[in-house]
Amino acid sequence: MIEIRGLCKRFGKNVVLDGVDLDVPRGKNTVVIGGSGTGKSVLIKCVVGLLRADAGQIRIDGEDVTSMDERELVRVRRKFGMLFQGSALFDSMNVGDNVAFSLRRLHNYPERQVRDVVGERLAMVGLRDIQHLMPAELSGGMKKRVGLARAIASEPEILLYDEPTTGLDPIMADVINDLIISLRESLGVTSISITHDMASAYKIADQIAMLYKGRIVEVGTPERIRASENPVVSQFVEGRAQGPITAEHEEFIRFVRRTDDAGAPGGE
Amino acid sequence: MADGKTPKGLAVLLERLGTRVFRMVEDLGGIFRLFLQCAVWTFRPPSEIRNIVKQMEEVGIHSLPVVLVTATFTGMVIALQSFSGFQRFQATSFVGSVVALSITRELGPVFAGLMVSGRVGASMAAELGTMKVTEQIDALVTLATNPVKYLVVPRVVASTLVLPVLVIFADLVGILGGYFVSVYLLGANPYVYTEKTFQYLELRDIYTGLAKAAVFGFLIALISCYHGFIAEGGAEGVGRATTRAVVASSMMVLVSDYFMTSFMF
Repeated sequence: MIEIRGLCKRFGKNVVLDGVDLDVPRGKNTVVIGGSGTGKSVLIKCVVGLLRADAGQIRIDGEDVTSMDERELVRVRRKFGMLFQGSALFDSMNVGDNVAFSLRRLHNYPERQVRDVVGERLAMVGLRDIQHLMPAELSGGMKKRVGLARAIASEPEILLYDEPTTGLDPIMADVINDLIISLRESLGVTSISITHDMASAYKIADQIAMLYKGRIVEVGTPERIRASENPVVSQFVEGRAQGPITAEHEEFIRFVRRTDDAGAPGGE
Repeated sequence: MADGKTPKGLAVLLERLGTRVFRMVEDLGGIFRLFLQCAVWTFRPPSEIRNIVKQMEEVGIHSLPVVLVTATFTGMVIALQSFSGFQRFQATSFVGSVVALSITRELGPVFAGLMVSGRVGASMAAELGTMKVTEQIDALVTLATNPVKYLVVPRVVASTLVLPVLVIFADLVGILGGYFVSVYLLGANPYVYTEKTFQYLELRDIYTGLAKAAVFGFLIALISCYHGFIAEGGAEGVGRATTRAVVASSMMVLVSDYFMTSFMF
């Protein structure tokens, strides 16, 4: 169970998260949707402690991670596994060593057992006998799957997916969707995915939350989100070019042009 | 500008200068913070001994050829230069002493430091920078591994330990290079030359040189890792980080060299 309360994060003057409230129920897949640059990645990076929140609380099984020091965070992070957008495989190591990374560092398994576990995790994501390949030799979809195998290697309770299907062809995207669902079913993990791929969101979500202007504007089951009355949500899920989101965006562009004409922009 | 006025001339100059100064202070603070983190994480389990050995190989064995070539030619050129200079007041017998002293006290460590900051500093900044922009450093964190402990500590420790060893070799081949030029090309008496080489050379000259080398190794690794760590903005950002790392670490080699020399002698 993850409870996020009043989470704020800004970079300089740019307020990215402005009071996010979200409950992530145990054993369910919560999908956070939202346009590019709305702070979805920032949200999950705050949850895992990669970024420090400016205000608010993130309680993981009742423990507030925002007030923890680095040593406590290391302990809490053992509950997490994360799949990165670009997979973030260590490119100095082969696939086997990538997947074995956390096993070797945390658990001190005997080496023989590590090899078995690595094979088992790779099999879970539908890969076999590729331990000796280097990440540079893999396709995008394979990298994602190896990244997933690495994330689940040490049996985390919580999985975070940063745009799991972005940059994949539709078939490979669906393979990843199926994997996410089967992981939830077989390992019973709690997960947060962020995406702007609605097909994927509808398929994998037990609950969808829409992030807009630094806040969660609506939370609900996929059916409820699909039928949402909120103009912002319905524009996004239907992928329409006209609507409140783009209207504001165009307003902003006009504003920037105006100030640009008025004087030279400051800074670099 | 918010008020619509465009700053001109002096104001622009001052603004740029201010930005530079701010960035420099920020970098200094960041490097110091990284040093403190490094100091703390070096002594926390699990030990990074395997990584340290790997980095020692990278810093030491792979830099050895470059350092040897530089040191040999440095020794040779000092012999040439001091020979032609000393000839003017009939003091050519002191060429051996000059070569030995300048190599061990100054040029061995400094040139090794500069070569290593070019070779190793660049590769550290580029490697860590790439890891940063491709989120591999974030991935380390989510795999419950502290990136400072896993990436920076081994590099700093290895580089601090290995540079003095490189300098021992540099001293040796530098002196041999001077000997070769003096004896075989300039016709100096090999016995006199050897005697003069060791006549004024004290153990102290050698170990102060090695102490300097250790500090250089430490600074190069720390500065380069810092610039890699703060890289952002894709391939271009990594390029920038690499350039900054090499420039900053070679500058620090020369600056710290002056201050250490003024304390030690």
